[in-house]
Amino acid sequence: MVSMVSHDLDLRVSLAGLTLKNPVMAASGTFGYGKEFADFVPPEALGAVVVKGISLAARPGNPPPRIVETACGMLNAIGLENEGVDGFLSRKLPFLRERGATVVVNILGDCVEDYAALAARLAAAAGIAALEVNISCPNVRHGGVAFGTDPTMAAEVTRAVKAASSLPVIVKLSPNVTDIAAMARAVEAAGADAISLINTLLGMAIDANTRQPRLANVVGGLSGPAIKPVALRMVWQAARAVAIPVIGIGGIATAADAVEFLLAGATAVQVGTANFVNPSATLDIITGLSAYLATHQIATVRELIGALQL
Amino acid sequence: MMARYQLSATVTARPQVTGDIVRLALLAPAVSQAATPGQFVMVRSAVALDPLLRRPFSVCRVNGDGTLEILVKVIGQGTRGLAALKVGDQVDLLGPLGHGFVMPDQGRACLVGGGIGAAPLLFLAQKLGERLPASDIQVLLGARTGAEAMALALPFRDLGLPVQLATDDGTAGHHGLVGELLAALTSGAFPTQVYACGPHPMLAAVARISTDRGWPCQVSTEAIMACGLGACLGCAVPRNGGRGYLHVCKQGPVFEAGELQW
Repeated sequence: MVSMVSHDLDLRVSLAGLTLKNPVMAASGTFGYGKEFADFVPPEALGAVVVKGISLAARPGNPPPRIVETACGMLNAIGLENEGVDGFLSRKLPFLRERGATVVVNILGDCVEDYAALAARLAAAAGIAALEVNISCPNVRHGGVAFGTDPTMAAEVTRAVKAASSLPVIVKLSPNVTDIAAMARAVEAAGADAISLINTLLGMAIDANTRQPRLANVVGGLSGPAIKPVALRMVWQAARAVAIPVIGIGGIATAADAVEFLLAGATAVQVGTANFVNPSATLDIITGLSAYLATHQIATVRELIGALQL
Repeated sequence: MMARYQLSATVTARPQVTGDIVRLALLAPAVSQAATPGQFVMVRSAVALDPLLRRPFSVCRVNGDGTLEILVKVIGQGTRGLAALKVGDQVDLLGPLGHGFVMPDQGRACLVGGGIGAAPLLFLAQKLGERLPASDIQVLLGARTGAEAMALALPFRDLGLPVQLATDDGTAGHHGLVGELLAALTSGAFPTQVYACGPHPMLAAVARISTDRGWPCQVSTEAIMACGLGACLGCAVPRNGGRGYLHVCKQGPVFEAGELQW
């Protein structure tokens, strides 16, 4: 039944000058570079694939243990392991480009100049639709969280990336702040084309028997269904604070979860930890969105954006 | 890359191996046919959000009826739920995953297992048995107690393979560590390839003994992992020589002992 009507259902959304075929993106750090999941999800079927964060030089990442499961979620302290922008361009990007996927490249650096240099390198490559600026990863000592919790610094990074590249710029915000609306307004004023939120919540787990932290990094980022209520609240607050599109992230595992984020004001969503639990989660959510539109007799998914009834 | 599947598998048997280890037989013909020794599957039984993540298990044995078996030792909430499954229940199965054992066509193999680490060695023994005479496949198993050691050794003995035991409490076989059995092998029984799986200290000992004697050694490792697909990068293990990390789910779970930092 659903498949018969789904041809007429319009899942397209527009953001940052891009038209996405549907509002479901794979979140950075949870989907590799698309190839890892290609047995289960054709990357070109997604609204976009946000690749694992890329830095100028390769990073080895943190010592293990790097992850631990917590109630309805998990903590991670991967430490931004990646093979650097050269490795990404030569070994990772070609697969996604050949598949025709909409590629968003998540970038991270230790200083403003790193971000600008990355943006310039990536803008010169073919097959990249947008940049997502990671100012919010809590797992590295330099940069990362410092940019993500200070509106002035966040704006400075945003301006530098915008100036260095003509690609649309999405700024990924940290939830580890007191006033998310202020952060959203700061990066909007600095020229961000869209914002995505939330990154992980800073957390910690301890082994009561050994009296040791469960992560070698001691603290890590909490993700998964456990954080969804916090994420929904922040997306709602941010969407009311800015005019640029908002991409909702945080504990999305089902189509109903995605609908909730759209209602809260998100134009699109990113699916993260759910990819680990169910490699087909993104496809299942796209199918579920079509079913939701059919059931509720809604012609376009765009009607749901910000349609929360207060 | 070899085919990988995500499918719903039915529990067809769940014999209790010891007090806290259950052998689950899962009907999954596609995975069972595709798997090679040393590969693993990611299993989830819950439909609820807690526990959230899948659990990784080495394939312990494949059978002609399309089932594959895993050994589930109750450690936490996730494994408790899996060990409580009944015949007829469904699990969500992802696999086969990872890089397994490299098998020779000749020579003498010595399989060294510690506790639940016997799991991938049984599948390996099954397949080695198609290549080597049984007399050239030596099995050394360590366990906490004689009862556990006997239970883990039984399927190897059913394959007609000689098994030596070591136990922590001395109630069967050698009273001590399984690595000591390896170190005590006499020249007529020297292996041309060592395969090991078990707790980290045991693997480190087996790797050291093998290196000292010049025996090639492949180890099956474990790590906490979320995806099993090479995306989360959670299952990092230090690479030998301080040159960053390898990932158990993708470059492993089987490594040459010399690839890792012990």
